Amino acid sequence: MSLYSMWGALEIGLIFGLVALSVLLSFRILRFPDLTVDGSFPLGAAVAAVLIQADWDPFLATLMAVLAGALAGALTAWLNIRLKIMDLLASILVMIALYSINLRIMGAPNIPLIMEPTVFSVLQPEQGISDYVFRSLLMIMIVVIVKCALDAYLVTRSGLAMRATGSNPRMARAQGVATGGMVILGLAIANALCALGGALFAQSQGGADISMGIGTIVIGLAAVIVGESILSSRKLFFMTLAVIVGAVLYRFFVALALNADFIGLKAQDLNLITAVLVTVALVIPLLRKRLRVRGGG
Amino acid sequence: MIQLKLVRPLLGALLSLCAAMPVATQAQSVAVTSIVEHPALDSIKDGVKAALEEAGFTEEKGLNWQFQTAQGNTAIAAQIARKFVGDRPDVIVAIATPSAQAVVAATRDIPVVYSAVTDPVAAQLVESFEPSGTNVTGVSDMLDLERQIELIRAVVPNAKTVGMVYNPGEANSAVVVKQMREMLPEYGMTLMEASAPRTVDVGAAARSLIGNVDVIYTNTDNNVVSAYEALVKVGNDAQIPLVASDPDSVKRGAVAALGVNYYDLGLQTGAMVIDILKGAEPGEMPSQLSEGLELHVNLQAATKQGVTLSNDLIDSAANVIR
Repeated sequence: MSLYSMWGALEIGLIFGLVALSVLLSFRILRFPDLTVDGSFPLGAAVAAVLIQADWDPFLATLMAVLAGALAGALTAWLNIRLKIMDLLASILVMIALYSINLRIMGAPNIPLIMEPTVFSVLQPEQGISDYVFRSLLMIMIVVIVKCALDAYLVTRSGLAMRATGSNPRMARAQGVATGGMVILGLAIANALCALGGALFAQSQGGADISMGIGTIVIGLAAVIVGESILSSRKLFFMTLAVIVGAVLYRFFVALALNADFIGLKAQDLNLITAVLVTVALVIPLLRKRLRVRGGG
Repeated sequence: MIQLKLVRPLLGALLSLCAAMPVATQAQSVAVTSIVEHPALDSIKDGVKAALEEAGFTEEKGLNWQFQTAQGNTAIAAQIARKFVGDRPDVIVAIATPSAQAVVAATRDIPVVYSAVTDPVAAQLVESFEPSGTNVTGVSDMLDLERQIELIRAVVPNAKTVGMVYNPGEANSAVVVKQMREMLPEYGMTLMEASAPRTVDVGAAARSLIGNVDVIYTNTDNNVVSAYEALVKVGNDAQIPLVASDPDSVKRGAVAALGVNYYDLGLQTGAMVIDILKGAEPGEMPSQLSEGLELHVNLQAATKQGVTLSNDLIDSAANVIR
């Protein structure tokens, strides 16, 4: 595997790390199976791309993308809390609606950003560092900031109320937590993170495409589960770290699968190889446990 | 421009010199990527490979050939682009818009030849069809819509309303629909659109056109092409003639199609790759349009869908299904 492809895996992995944090928040902390992310990821990309093409500052465009994502998440939660639509169905409805909305926003199925200024190109130093290394370093910074902010929020009063809402809603209500409001806030944050990922992905990959969202939830869940199996902890700091590591690892698996031609595998086997690699990652902790049990006995 | 005018003949002379020389024996590498595997896109890949083999670039003689598909996933397309750039091949061939964008965003120095991108200018791969001055050139499969409209009129001379079933989420289709909407009135016709965002919606979208349109035209929309049989059923049942843009659909039940032969498009793409392998600069090569359009007609389908094709049309077809 070349250095370039490793940096690429790191960069894209970190972008999907934001998606993984989003899924951790909705799926694990709030216990809300949220498929909105399949729509809010391309929503972020669409909003950022359209605004950048309209000569907005890329940072402001990214911020607007984040707000759009928050709105989408809040809508899903609202459908669930106020209109009593089942959580999974509410998120599917918003996801489907977002496909059309994204097309409306973009006005075309594909908006290129190859020749436009992006957060990456604006910050890129003239000399001393190549763009592919720089993009990864910038992503590390962004993800660290987001992770720390999320960690910090989740130990505030409101953050603790959100965690209580997820783990035991009845108890939380008994303690005076407005659980409905917490779900709305939580999904808004989760989808804002996901839209941030989409906005950054579009800016690093040359454009927004309507098909970008397909399978976002699957990748997000894979990252969460791989991360948890490798670094399982009840501590918040390690939980958020684990899912980011999971997202990056997943991308390394894909990069590895792309380089698997030397063992006679072909292009069409890619998804299969990725699935096998992830399965192996999931089985490792189990094997380790068995070995430990045997060693102990 | 003046400089380019001078450069091109010089380059041409240089190229013919190169062509006369035996192919260099040093190992050369071509990396091909495509957004999904599907028959038309696969034909392009096969065409590129055939063109290379024809010119003596075979794997036996040391050509390093690799092919990767993103299986429909843009994040994987981005990773494939990174892998290729890291491998530093002599030429990267990128098939279809999302793959081409990912590759062009990832490298400014490795030569990139795009293929099957309907509108490379709108996709920001190149600034125009003129030589780009960058590392990018390629072949577009944009169809000359005037000739498509002429075909529609040749099949159904009195047509007033043309129906189109398409996926609004596909860049290639959106461009065609927009242009058709603007161009048809010049010919005294109007467009009626029916959107099919998923393959399973194609039949229902086609049914919504029954009674309102005189002919159904389809471009190379991936959803429509995948579910063409659904359209054929509607065409046969409601006696609406179908005009398609890819010759394969004629076998499946369209009356006529004037379309790109994707294998030939691959050969054309391959010819550009060969020029670059022999030393041409991609930035000095203008982007190309598909050269070989083929007319296919299906007389059985014409009977079923209630039209009689003129002898002129049948005679000019490259392939007639009776």
